[in-house]
Amino acid sequence: MEPIIFFVQQHISLIYIVILSVFLGIEVISRVPAVLHTPLMSGANAIHGVVIIGAIIVMGQAAADNYLALILGFLAVILGTLNVVGGFVVTDRMLEMFKGKKKS
Amino acid sequence: MQSSLLSIIYLIGSVTFIIGLKMLSHPASARKGNLVAAGGMTLAILGTIFLYEKEGVRLHNYGWIFGGLAIGAFVGVLAARKVKMTAMPEMVSLFNGMGGACAALISVVEYNHLLSSQQMPAGLSLIILLGLIIGIVSFAGSMIAWGKLNGSIRDYSFKGQHIFNLVILAVLLLLAAYLVVIAGNTGAVFTRALFFYTLLLLSIVYGICFVMPIGGADMPVVISLLNSFTGVAAACGGFLYDNPVMLTGGILVGSAGTILTILMCKAMNRSLKNVLIGSFGGTKAGASTGVQGVYKAISLSDTAVVLAYANKVMIVPGYGLAVAQAQHVCHELEKLLEERGVEVKYAIHPVAGRMPGHMNVLLAEADVSYDKLLEMEAANSEFPTTDAVLILGANDVVNPAAKHDPASPIYGMPILEVELAKAVVVNKRSMKPGYAGIENELFFQPKTSMLFGDAKKVLQELLTEIRNV
Repeated sequence: MEPIIFFVQQHISLIYIVILSVFLGIEVISRVPAVLHTPLMSGANAIHGVVIIGAIIVMGQAAADNYLALILGFLAVILGTLNVVGGFVVTDRMLEMFKGKKKS
Repeated sequence: MQSSLLSIIYLIGSVTFIIGLKMLSHPASARKGNLVAAGGMTLAILGTIFLYEKEGVRLHNYGWIFGGLAIGAFVGVLAARKVKMTAMPEMVSLFNGMGGACAALISVVEYNHLLSSQQMPAGLSLIILLGLIIGIVSFAGSMIAWGKLNGSIRDYSFKGQHIFNLVILAVLLLLAAYLVVIAGNTGAVFTRALFFYTLLLLSIVYGICFVMPIGGADMPVVISLLNSFTGVAAACGGFLYDNPVMLTGGILVGSAGTILTILMCKAMNRSLKNVLIGSFGGTKAGASTGVQGVYKAISLSDTAVVLAYANKVMIVPGYGLAVAQAQHVCHELEKLLEERGVEVKYAIHPVAGRMPGHMNVLLAEADVSYDKLLEMEAANSEFPTTDAVLILGANDVVNPAAKHDPASPIYGMPILEVELAKAVVVNKRSMKPGYAGIENELFFQPKTSMLFGDAKKVLQELLTEIRNV
């Protein structure tokens, strides 16, 4: 029990951020029209690609002779970039079509 | 100076994610919102690369980092540009899986790091294990979802599957708890490593078993759920590195994804529990609950006459149209009929295609005007005054069994009430049941006629026929 309390104590400001973000996330997207569900899902998908920052840190801290960490970190950077870049581009492509429709 | 600059960059990043997500939820601002979030992301990534430092030590291995970024960006852009609009749901699922795998890999590296130092703080290993489990489940589940959507994996479930899944989940959690609470202090390095990799394997198994029985129209809900999982996995990384932008990005997506999942369930009148437990079109939702009967086929020239002499035609596009890439021909048919004075509208079911809103995207691609697209309720109130309904490869969304047959697996899902119109023409490739694997009694009703063939080919021939009428 003690380590958990210590952990909470140590990360208290992060825990505040988590709780506020939960409410914010719910608040921000409730009542979205069904038409936008797919692009929104895809856009959110791109945003969680922020995990790539972790991959960059892992990669950037790996010792030059720690091949396991280097390889895994390298893979993580590639996968994370795929998530971010692919996610934003796909979402943009979907939304582009919504725009085209408005003009006509 | 550097680190406070980085803090400000992370702050900006977090704000752009919130603004971006907010803008994404309104049609008019959505595209800009996506760009805002992408800008924030780029800033956060570049800031991390150049400004991050821990105890005065900067990041190194720049070659590897930029190499990885370049490969990922190249493949990502290429894949995202090349993918067909019809394959969008698969793509979203695939990218989501990549994010989950990324989170899991970070956990693997960090855990190995922890193993080499003798101390194992409980809080830290808890975060690492959570990131691993959630990331892997999201990854494995997304890969299965991807395979299912592109048709290479079939729905599969066995008796007692849900109990089996629950047992695996329980073992997973116990193992994780053991690693955090007990092995962290006493276990030998080898035992801990063994347990850790067992946990990894079990998470893969769980991810697969979790998505395997779910199918049909429930897939988008699962993808959305896995999406929010990856968000939470990313947030675990935020704890790990004391990184607020990972935390806000991850948790925002986690909670927004959960709400989105629930909204989607509502659009289909199903509860999340139902989606996860009652497999829609799994093997046990018997394909043979069967209404069998006599259907009548209709020729192209007859269809042309029916449509050309109608006052009002409603087109119901479904996945069949999407697969055949027939949205452009469909738009031409609409224009041709309008020239002849026929009023043409589209009835769009919220889950037409493979995902909510997917069909609107496809039709928008073909320049179909927005005011011609009717949402389900509006369409249902217009069917009684419609002369002819043309169904293009839609099955489950027009199945009347959803209204009156409690035994049907899609019972309770709101449908397009096409049977209220005077005549219904159904274009399908064969009498094979639709995605949910259930027979559709609509096809055997007296006012329904079947027009067999690939949607694109049929529509092209129909165009010629109508010109000749």
